Amino acid sequence: MLNEEIIIAGFGGQGVLSMGQTLGYASMVEGKNVSWMPSYGPEMRGGTANCITIVSDSTISSPIVSRYDTGILLNQPSMEKFESRIKKGGIIVYESTNILHASERKDIGIYAIPAAAAANKLNNVKVANMILLGAFLEKKPIVSLDSVIAALKKVLPERYHNLLPMNRQALEVGAELMRKAS
Amino acid sequence: MEQNEDIRLMKGNEAMAEAAIQAGMDAYFGYPITPQSEVLEYLTREMPSRNFLALQAESEVASINMVYGAAGAGARVMTSSSSPGWSLMQEGVSYIASAQLPCLLVNVNRGGPGLGTIQPSQGDYFQATKGGGHGDYRLIVLAPNSVQEMADFVFLGFELADKYRNPVLMLSDGAIGQMMERVIFRNREIKKIAKPWATTGKTKDRERNIITSLFIQPEKMEKVNLELMKKYEEIEKNEKRYEEIFTDDADYIIVAYGLSARISHKVVLLAREKGIKVGLLRPITLWPYPSEVLNKLADKAKGMFVVELNAGQMIEDVRLAVNGKVRVEHYGRMGGIIPSPEEVEEHFEKFIKTL
Repeated sequence: MLNEEIIIAGFGGQGVLSMGQTLGYASMVEGKNVSWMPSYGPEMRGGTANCITIVSDSTISSPIVSRYDTGILLNQPSMEKFESRIKKGGIIVYESTNILHASERKDIGIYAIPAAAAANKLNNVKVANMILLGAFLEKKPIVSLDSVIAALKKVLPERYHNLLPMNRQALEVGAELMRKAS
Repeated sequence: MEQNEDIRLMKGNEAMAEAAIQAGMDAYFGYPITPQSEVLEYLTREMPSRNFLALQAESEVASINMVYGAAGAGARVMTSSSSPGWSLMQEGVSYIASAQLPCLLVNVNRGGPGLGTIQPSQGDYFQATKGGGHGDYRLIVLAPNSVQEMADFVFLGFELADKYRNPVLMLSDGAIGQMMERVIFRNREIKKIAKPWATTGKTKDRERNIITSLFIQPEKMEKVNLELMKKYEEIEKNEKRYEEIFTDDADYIIVAYGLSARISHKVVLLAREKGIKVGLLRPITLWPYPSEVLNKLADKAKGMFVVELNAGQMIEDVRLAVNGKVRVEHYGRMGGIIPSPEEVEEHFEKFIKTL
């Protein structure tokens, strides 16, 4: 039974909240239950912006949890704040261009994904978040890439639909980077 | 997916705004305040293409008095705010209750007292249920615990307001307002009833309608008071709503509403994994309060644990309801801090060890 509790965290502007929303929308497209809880307000102006995204086959009780199956971490403060809160057997997928000191835990899977560098190669730094999402979904395929694209179609205004192929490519690059990192 | 279903991923605040439009709201008056500013943003974005009025007033005081006026003219009308802004509205709310005008009011509760914090809180329970303004009056108070209920209770709220000619308050919080979940909009029939009392312009075939909250002669005032009390009695008889989760075999009952009920649901699951038989009673109407079901549950329960994002407010209603049958204790965090299910579970286990 699927019940995936995910923390996505980084600086504001890295696409942290939109990554969670996209994953949430894709899960909904597949008929799963989803909750997306942002941190908002003063916290967003400090070290980390984050959102808790929960995807489940059953009813989601608390949208707020203190321990997570997965951490998708985009900056050093987030790594320091959340590495200890990943459940035993869980995973951390992190942006390794920004994060120089990763968790040293042995009881979780830790995957370095140089998403910012890979996004630069695609000439669009903004898709680094989609690269990380692609990497995560390669490791834990809780939704299909097709559903993510369907979700992006819904959340992006039509004038940005020309960017959908670029996002698809970013998801696939992320999946490839995860295969290399595993 | 059924054909008449429209499924979206939305914030609670947005779902509430969309529901208001779908429920045939004629007018919204409000003033922005975090964490519910999305309501006015959503409505003003939708207004050009859909048939309603959304207006940003110059203040909360102005908003509530615009609601008063529009409700008096028979409009389906709404406002929303958050704690400090909701406090500013209390004079108007008391007038509207006295004049017996239907409207939907929303408080997306944030941490206080004072200007407080913009993070979620349930510190406004007393104010919502015991009368935030002056005089003997009651609001029907609905407490959503999901984005779906933020939408559903708009429809319900408008209907109850019309039915009883009474203001209805939806008491939400910053987390339910800001979080996104799946929400289903069903193609509903809009229920609106005739409002022959409304001040829509006198015609020759009837007496003029007067809407006022001023009854200067004590005899007239008391007559209005008694009329209100009779109405509140009727509401208490008909409109108590609650949800029970795993209460059938429960040795212990957690009582919580809104976001706290979501957290407590998980607490129940965590404790049940350890073999502790605990259930959750979630009041959906905070007034009228579902006292009878709590009193009944107290016959079997060894103790009750009230979880709130405040210093202990609803616990007073739980204690009144069980009337000394079982011990009732409280756990809460304040200031916009949200406890994790594990944290609450730890305190719950400490409590049951003392029984």
